[in-house]
Amino acid sequence: MVLRVLQGVFGLLLLAQASMAGAVLSIEIIGAGEHQIPVAIVPFGGDEKIAQAINEVVAGDLQRSGLFRLVDPAGKSPHEPAEVSYPDWQVRGAEALAIGTVAAQPNGRIEARFRLLDVVKQMELAGQAVSASEDQIRAIGHRIADLIYEKLTGDKGVFSTRIAYVNRQGKSFRLIVADSDGHNEQVVLAHNEPIMSPAWSPDGSHLAYVSFETGHAVVYVQSLYTNQRVALADFRGSNSAPAWSPDGQQLAVVLTRDGSSQIYLIRPDGSGLRRITFSGAIDTEPNFSPDGQYLLFTSDRGGSAQIYRMPAEGGPAERLTFGEGTNFSPRHSPDGKSFVFAHLNSGGFYVAVQDFQTGQMSLLTEGGWEKKPSFAPNGKLILFASEARGRGILATVSSDGRVKQHMFTQSGDAREPVWGPYP
Amino acid sequence: MKKLIISIVLVNLLAACASEPKKEEAAPAPAPKAEAPKQAPVAKTEVDPLNDPASILAKRSTYYPFDVAVVQDEDKPAVQAHAKYLSEHANRKVRLEGNCDERGSNEYNLGLGQRRADGVNKMLALGGARADQLESVSYGEEKPRCTDHNEACWKQNRRTDLNYAK
Repeated sequence: MVLRVLQGVFGLLLLAQASMAGAVLSIEIIGAGEHQIPVAIVPFGGDEKIAQAINEVVAGDLQRSGLFRLVDPAGKSPHEPAEVSYPDWQVRGAEALAIGTVAAQPNGRIEARFRLLDVVKQMELAGQAVSASEDQIRAIGHRIADLIYEKLTGDKGVFSTRIAYVNRQGKSFRLIVADSDGHNEQVVLAHNEPIMSPAWSPDGSHLAYVSFETGHAVVYVQSLYTNQRVALADFRGSNSAPAWSPDGQQLAVVLTRDGSSQIYLIRPDGSGLRRITFSGAIDTEPNFSPDGQYLLFTSDRGGSAQIYRMPAEGGPAERLTFGEGTNFSPRHSPDGKSFVFAHLNSGGFYVAVQDFQTGQMSLLTEGGWEKKPSFAPNGKLILFASEARGRGILATVSSDGRVKQHMFTQSGDAREPVWGPYP
Repeated sequence: MKKLIISIVLVNLLAACASEPKKEEAAPAPAPKAEAPKQAPVAKTEVDPLNDPASILAKRSTYYPFDVAVVQDEDKPAVQAHAKYLSEHANRKVRLEGNCDERGSNEYNLGLGQRRADGVNKMLALGGARADQLESVSYGEEKPRCTDHNEACWKQNRRTDLNYAK
């Protein structure tokens, strides 16, 4: 990538080692899917402590999705297919059964051998060996949960993906990358000025974000592997709202250097800056369509903040949201058929989705203070910033609005979350 | 171009040097005598008006209705007074920091705050401040003075602060 070359030249070493921060305190699940699949997860054989840790992650992931009902193994503990008596599981109402073993390898890595069995058809659905270093036991659990999810729902799982968000505590701001369940936090950047708008590169290797550490909003691009970064846009006024094109070859950014907030394209090495909106209004929060052809963005060119769409290379924009209230922060669904955004009316902020074809808008939340939604890469979940018990928290809602979860981080306010790509 | 500017500056300096003695000559001996007693009391009270809590310059924030960036009538006298002050104090610099309430996305508010700061910037420039004395930035909704979800709080957060460099 172009970026790698640049890091050596302009790169700034920020945090030599990403520090591990406190884990998520608690997760609350609200609601359930229409058809929950009953699945039994038998704690794996082998090292009991490791097996228990993996089991917790797998069960937690599946439960949070709202699509599964966990069936209690109630004393049965087969670890190999030959040990499985299917009628035992049919009686318990399980449709699927996960079994396996864990063992430490001679090289110190942990390997889990896992099988998913169809209790009704009495056949094996999947079998795989997953290995990871000892400090990545959670990653093994997420991988297994992904396999179960994919086999039983037909959709790819997102438990192994990561999220980025900003934690604000008093005057201190930290840019954080964590597993999709909020665990395994790593601090990417920390200082006492605001940090905003993290954006994942399509390959998950870099984060673009806005930092005020020099006294005004500047867009940076930082490697998550080396922590080195470049100031991508540092013009007069505000530089903000970075969004990557799907091929990673350019970013859309919002600059005020020529007057009001307007959208520009720029390559990840800072070259090729080109203005693409000319409204004199506030044009901001660009988001590329999955095919790279269009940009969604927020603009008040019509008198109030609404969602518009335009060709990614520039051209006439089309207004997409109408009716009462204002709308912000649009993001395409991974299949490109709909978009999610924040809808503000007299009652507050709600997560909304709108279908491109029908133009139909529906609200997915009712809390009243829900901002900055983004789709999981499989399109089945939406991550957003919410508020509970007087704190900013991370929350998700299933794309059908049925299942919600609140993730409480240990301290401070969670803001500006964004779901990362598949690993 | 640079050379030209330098030579103009030099010419001005020379002119200044040349005129100084003339001024001294022009000013007759009695003048300092007459001024001396007057100057003393003036010097005592002549604090920087910027530091005078009773001065209109003590007002360092402009406030706005929701989603509005135009300087409101009630704030114009203060902004105009700051413009006059800046035009008379060429060495002073001021940062215009636009802020918003939380009813908008962070990014939209960053744009709105910039628009608020730019509006004050423009009014100061029209009133005689030079461009190099002014810098407008936006904090959007990132630095609220008050964090409750109500209008009493929001109205404090919709503002542009005039932050003079020390």
